[in-house]
Amino acid sequence: MNATRDTMITLNVNGKPSKVDAPDEMPLLWALRDILGMTGTKFGCGLGLCGACTVQIDGAAARSCITPVGSVGGKAITTIEGVGNTPAGAAVQKAWLIGQVPQCGYCQSGQIMSASALLAKNPHPTDADIDAQMSGNICRCGTYIRIREAIKQAVQSKA
Amino acid sequence: MSLDHSYLVDHSAATESLDSVSRRRFLKASAATGGGLLLSLALPLARGEANAPSTGSFEPNAFIRIGRDGRVVLIMPYVEMGQGTYTSIPMLIAEELEMDLSQVRLEHAPPNEKLYVNPLLGVQATGNSNAVRASWQPLREAGATARTMLVAAAAKRWKVDPASCRARSGVVHHQATRRSAKYGDLSAEAATMPVPEKVALKKWSEFTLIGTPAKRLDIPAKLNGTAAFGIDARPPGVKIATLAQAPVFGGRLKSVDDSAAKNVKGVRQIVRLDDAVAVVGDHMWAAKQGLAALKIEWEDGPNAKLNVEDIVRALDAATRNPGAVAQSIGDADKAMASAATKVESTYEVPFLAHAAMEPMNCTVHVRTDACEVWVGTQVIGRAQAAAAKAAGMPVDKVIVHNHFIGGGFGRRLEVDGVTRAVEIAKQVDGPVKVVWTREEDIQHDMYRPYFFDRISAGLDANGMPLAWSHRFAGSSIIARWLPPAFKDGVDGDTVEGAIDLVYNLPNLRVEYLRVEPPGIPTAFWRSVGPSHNVFVTESFIDELAATAKKDPVEYRRALLDKSPRAKAVLELAAEKAGWGRPLPDRTGRGVSVQFAFATYMAQVAEVEVAKDGALRVRRVVCAVDCGTAVNPDTVRAQIQSAIMFGVTAALYGAITLKDGRVEQSNFHDYRVLRMNEAPTVEVHIVQNSEPPGGMGEAGTSCVVPAVTNAVFAATGKRLRKLPIDGGVLKQSA
Repeated sequence: MNATRDTMITLNVNGKPSKVDAPDEMPLLWALRDILGMTGTKFGCGLGLCGACTVQIDGAAARSCITPVGSVGGKAITTIEGVGNTPAGAAVQKAWLIGQVPQCGYCQSGQIMSASALLAKNPHPTDADIDAQMSGNICRCGTYIRIREAIKQAVQSKA
Repeated sequence: MSLDHSYLVDHSAATESLDSVSRRRFLKASAATGGGLLLSLALPLARGEANAPSTGSFEPNAFIRIGRDGRVVLIMPYVEMGQGTYTSIPMLIAEELEMDLSQVRLEHAPPNEKLYVNPLLGVQATGNSNAVRASWQPLREAGATARTMLVAAAAKRWKVDPASCRARSGVVHHQATRRSAKYGDLSAEAATMPVPEKVALKKWSEFTLIGTPAKRLDIPAKLNGTAAFGIDARPPGVKIATLAQAPVFGGRLKSVDDSAAKNVKGVRQIVRLDDAVAVVGDHMWAAKQGLAALKIEWEDGPNAKLNVEDIVRALDAATRNPGAVAQSIGDADKAMASAATKVESTYEVPFLAHAAMEPMNCTVHVRTDACEVWVGTQVIGRAQAAAAKAAGMPVDKVIVHNHFIGGGFGRRLEVDGVTRAVEIAKQVDGPVKVVWTREEDIQHDMYRPYFFDRISAGLDANGMPLAWSHRFAGSSIIARWLPPAFKDGVDGDTVEGAIDLVYNLPNLRVEYLRVEPPGIPTAFWRSVGPSHNVFVTESFIDELAATAKKDPVEYRRALLDKSPRAKAVLELAAEKAGWGRPLPDRTGRGVSVQFAFATYMAQVAEVEVAKDGALRVRRVVCAVDCGTAVNPDTVRAQIQSAIMFGVTAALYGAITLKDGRVEQSNFHDYRVLRMNEAPTVEVHIVQNSEPPGGMGEAGTSCVVPAVTNAVFAATGKRLRKLPIDGGVLKQSA
């Protein structure tokens, strides 16, 4: 039986405080999707294996399906709905459009969040850096080639 | 260019009587572009008013609606699941309608087997790589018909000869008098124009849109989280449910102790079905926690001791007897008997899961007088019918909203998820979104079947094949999915890629034995019949080349005199791959050629095999002749996509059963290709003006034998079983 303590938590999502009624252990993914109605972040596996749920916490890529809301505190959460307001995010989205990256698109929120986090911390990633950052994001439609090209395009455009 | 997400603006059957449907104009479809696969139907031709008088909009057919406000809405008969139909189909219509893609809005087609039947399948369905093929003639005609009527309306208004008017970018112009009118302004009058009997279509050389790499209309929404997939549906008040289905197929729910689950915060309700239990909550977390807190007892049923080995034994045994003859040329037995050399092999391919990124889900609201469904489906008509059946309501009381699909691959050609959700929703007040966990998605998939193949050839003194005999056993999806198309023990899908080979084989017999595995459901899986047949035929032809001590490309080339288009792609792929150039030790190139989905394709794969047997597919070169490439960038994208899907299957794909339960459950044990493992892919498109061939799947079946043939080139080890077992490839000391 859960304790009857107050489970209201305030999360900082895309620069705005958002109150959610959620126990500490609830993964951030469900707070975003089911409580806040922000469905841009996707559910793929629930075990942090596929990357579809990727958000940024203080700019670093994080798998929201295994990040308890109680662990986030006041840190800045950025989701796909807000990443376009960051320079790296905007550059990535633009490169994704030019490169016509998505196919079904379901994994792409996570891909864009991971790629943006990479470029924000490492403006000139090597192929090995790209592999290391992006290999946690599965794409069943096989857009890996275009993702890599678009990341490099985004690097060029920010240069 | 915007995609209209207002699925609440609906044409679903529940809001549309059969009367209004029959007032629409249908177009006769040409089935001439079919891959020779399944039923071909002509769409019914219905005459009548081409308008909805109450709204004043112009609706000349099921695919176009032009309102007085000028909005041009195109209704998409084939759902977007990444293959680009929501761009290619609009391109076909807009080319003839004379609209820019930026001017159109799109809607998912509602369920309507008459209006939106796929003429190549006989069902309202997106699949089999045939959306563009099926649309090539009828949707261009739809656009041309509408344009003709709009021009006629302008000509009538201006009292001029229609032939002196030109339509361009949504405007009709009469150059001589410098008058022009937008389509929206003409819509009411156009609706009163007679529907033309025949319309002339543009010549290939006149295309301004078709053949260009137009930007995908759905991509912008897929970059910022606004694209709505089925799993994103949120009708007001929706609760979230997740479920456990009987772990052994055919099992039943025996008992559920829900005392702990009920006390999980956010859990609203536990729903019991005959063979499943669902937990309904305020959010997925409550539902998952609630499910974990249930004490469930299952009655495993008749398949509780089933292992995949049992199924394989049965398939092997079946192939020792003759099957239904799928194709016979000359006299294979006689030619085999007199051949100088005989080669015989068996091949096996495993059950495969779809593992689309969007797990199975369906949202349903069962009300007293209607049932509303939100889902991403490749078969919206069947989804409606299944919901109606499960809800116990007439079909016209069921509203279905389609969505972007987060990976179809054939999984969403099935409606088990819809039925399941309706069964649950019947016991819930208000709408409920049933979301499967990844574990449920993998363990209650409907799988690409296991196939066991026996294949033999008789070679002449030069090592060239005189006789070819191929017999295989496995499940027929068509026999369940479209029974009329299963005839005399054979269906066109199960044998595609095994018959009508591009090679000149003077004596050939192909036999199929339908063997349905107990205790595991099967379904269409990307590249369907070719997914197992092309692996076998292209590996075996490679074996024959090796037996004859001939180069694999040369051996195939010599057999392609009757298939110039196949020969052309083989030569192009080989040339672009640098076939024949030396490679380092334990690196090899393999080739495959196929004609499937009405498309000719050849691939060369380069692999490198480490000493410990670890395999890396480094590079794939693909030459494709798909006739008219409606959108060449989509063609490229589909080849890249299909290759990754096929390489995944070759390297990792296997679903196994132990004690009736699927052993795999998530991406740690059902491994898929990741960024760091992806080969480079080079695509070379042969340009011609033949009708379009299918592109969504061809790359998958073609790449697998290219990879295994490359492994043979690299190591001398012939792989006749998938997935590739690295242990077999270890370098011996």
